[in-house]
Amino acid sequence: MSAESTAPQEPHARPEPDEAAYLAIGASPEFARLRAAFRRFVFPLTVAFLTWYLLYVVLSAYARDFMAEKVVGEINVALVFGLLQFVSTFLIAVAYERYSRRTLEPLAAGVVTGAPATGGARAADEEDAE
Amino acid sequence: MNAQHVLAAAAGVSKSEHRTITLVLFAVFVAITLYITIRASRQTRTAADFYAGGRQFTGLQNGLAIGGDYMSAASFLGIAGIFALSGYDGFLYSIGFLVAWLVALLLVAEMLRNSGRFTMADVLAFRMRQRPVRAAAGISTIVVSIFYLLAQMVGAGALVNLLLGTHGEAAKIGTIVVVGALMIFYVVVGGMKGTTWVQIVKAVLLMAGAVVMTVWVLSKFDFNLSHLLGAAADSSGKGDRFLQPGLKYGATDMWSKLDLLSLGLALVLGTAGLPHVLIRFYTVPNARAARTSVNWAIGIIGVFYLMTLVIGFGAAALVGSKAIMAQDKGGNTAAPQLAEKLGGGAGTTGGAVFLAIIAAVAFATILAVVAGLTLASSSSFAHDLYANVFRRGTTGERDEVKVARVSALVIGAVAIILSIFARGLNVAFLVALAFAIAASANLPTLLFSLFWKRFNTAGAVAGIYGGLVSAVGLVLLSPICWGGKSETIPKGNPDALFSTDTVAPFHLQNPGLFSIPIGFLCAYIGTVLSKERTTEKYAELEVRALTGEGAH
Repeated sequence: MSAESTAPQEPHARPEPDEAAYLAIGASPEFARLRAAFRRFVFPLTVAFLTWYLLYVVLSAYARDFMAEKVVGEINVALVFGLLQFVSTFLIAVAYERYSRRTLEPLAAGVVTGAPATGGARAADEEDAE
Repeated sequence: MNAQHVLAAAAGVSKSEHRTITLVLFAVFVAITLYITIRASRQTRTAADFYAGGRQFTGLQNGLAIGGDYMSAASFLGIAGIFALSGYDGFLYSIGFLVAWLVALLLVAEMLRNSGRFTMADVLAFRMRQRPVRAAAGISTIVVSIFYLLAQMVGAGALVNLLLGTHGEAAKIGTIVVVGALMIFYVVVGGMKGTTWVQIVKAVLLMAGAVVMTVWVLSKFDFNLSHLLGAAADSSGKGDRFLQPGLKYGATDMWSKLDLLSLGLALVLGTAGLPHVLIRFYTVPNARAARTSVNWAIGIIGVFYLMTLVIGFGAAALVGSKAIMAQDKGGNTAAPQLAEKLGGGAGTTGGAVFLAIIAAVAFATILAVVAGLTLASSSSFAHDLYANVFRRGTTGERDEVKVARVSALVIGAVAIILSIFARGLNVAFLVALAFAIAASANLPTLLFSLFWKRFNTAGAVAGIYGGLVSAVGLVLLSPICWGGKSETIPKGNPDALFSTDTVAPFHLQNPGLFSIPIGFLCAYIGTVLSKERTTEKYAELEVRALTGEGAH
């Protein structure tokens, strides 16, 4: 939360960087850390929720006896499975919001404010960049 | 005893009674939105005002507007209708519509907000040669938006007879013209600011209406979901099958099950490629607000779809499928009929009032959605096709906005004329087709642009046209156009566009299962066949997208 005041989305007062500056930022270790943190969270989660959703659709098409089994009263597996899709969607949204505020936004703030100073640090952290 | 006879007998009285109330309520909604639009027009000066509402909306406001943009009549009346007539299968639709937002949240919203300005093509063309990519993206934007628009407007024409109890073609044409004229006014005069406020007002009304109906329905079943489900299953005459997947989707052979997968895939991948959804992310000041607006939208849309489950099953239990089918075979009147029933039944004042309220909300819903679609297509025409393809980036902002306003007028007029001609056709499939095109043409290019270093102009162009042509082409070969009886559709498709005897050469109604991989494949092949590399521009795009540096 301490990053609130230096949130990266406010480019006020800062002049628009030129192309070389973007390349320098892109090659900086701070940016590599941001990108890695972003991808580490977002890619596996995307694979997970798409798999979870497709499992639901596939079961709805091909495992109808299983989906028809009653759990409580008139509530069957299909309904529970469907409701769990809502729950997982809400939970992922909340988890991503927390991760953004705690991890991604501070990292992004570090990238931008640190950018001009890190031009020389490129080579040293090369392995960090991939 | 027989509810249907009572309904039919009382219809004459209640129709005229609720029609007046519906028209008055709708007139109030129109008056409020016109006032808002005119106010918004005074604050619309720059291109950023017109295209992006000045980028001053909060996350909550934009989340509501996204909900207002997204929860179309197809989701409210259509999904409630599927629940009411086909039971569980309504869930397959609404869950796809909801989960899709995670793609937008995790992969698209913030990066688009950070790296684009006004349109989807801003991001797609960022690394590429501008003209070919903007032309392709502009065409795809306009095709997707117009298909979606036609579905909504023809739907409005069909609904008016059902909701207002009018008869004949004149009422249909009149409704299409009124809806079209209002949407043109919102967009031309109010731009993104006006459109956004219309969507916010609509979202609040729709949610309020749905909450009241949901609580009311649940109260009739002691707030016990199991009781409601049991009553719906009994009343449907289909027993437990009503509560299981398969009455509507994947009901027959292998193709029909694949069709369900195809639909699911298009729904979940389509949302993040719908241009009218994407441009909403530009209306907030920064990436964080774009993210919170998607989170609000997920909450609002998720709760809404949970409520459509209760409303749809409530209609099945309380109104009954016979009475619903008697009004509309597609079930689109299930929600309004339920409202009438809850209010006290046909012929009562309470019934007439609540029916009128829900009918007015349905029209408000349609208006907000069509305005968003018109804005998306006109801004893409002006910003992508006119300014960057025709004029090669030499236009001034004022000129561009003028063109956007004129093109909103033209696109709106074209949509009105097309809808009048198409009013007798069953065009509900156009919504699913719009999602399929968005998933096949727009999403592959968008994702490759943001995440694949090697991607280039040829790949972007090939991906967009490949996805677009394959999605539209497969529908032209599908049972939607050729309705002959087959194992997949034993009863044939009496609404088929070209022929009701010839068996379709392609068995799926939803092209997504094939057209989405084709879109990705075309984008890949186009890329590797071209020597162009955009590595440096990609580095810049990545920095902008992830940090917000240089964002507009």
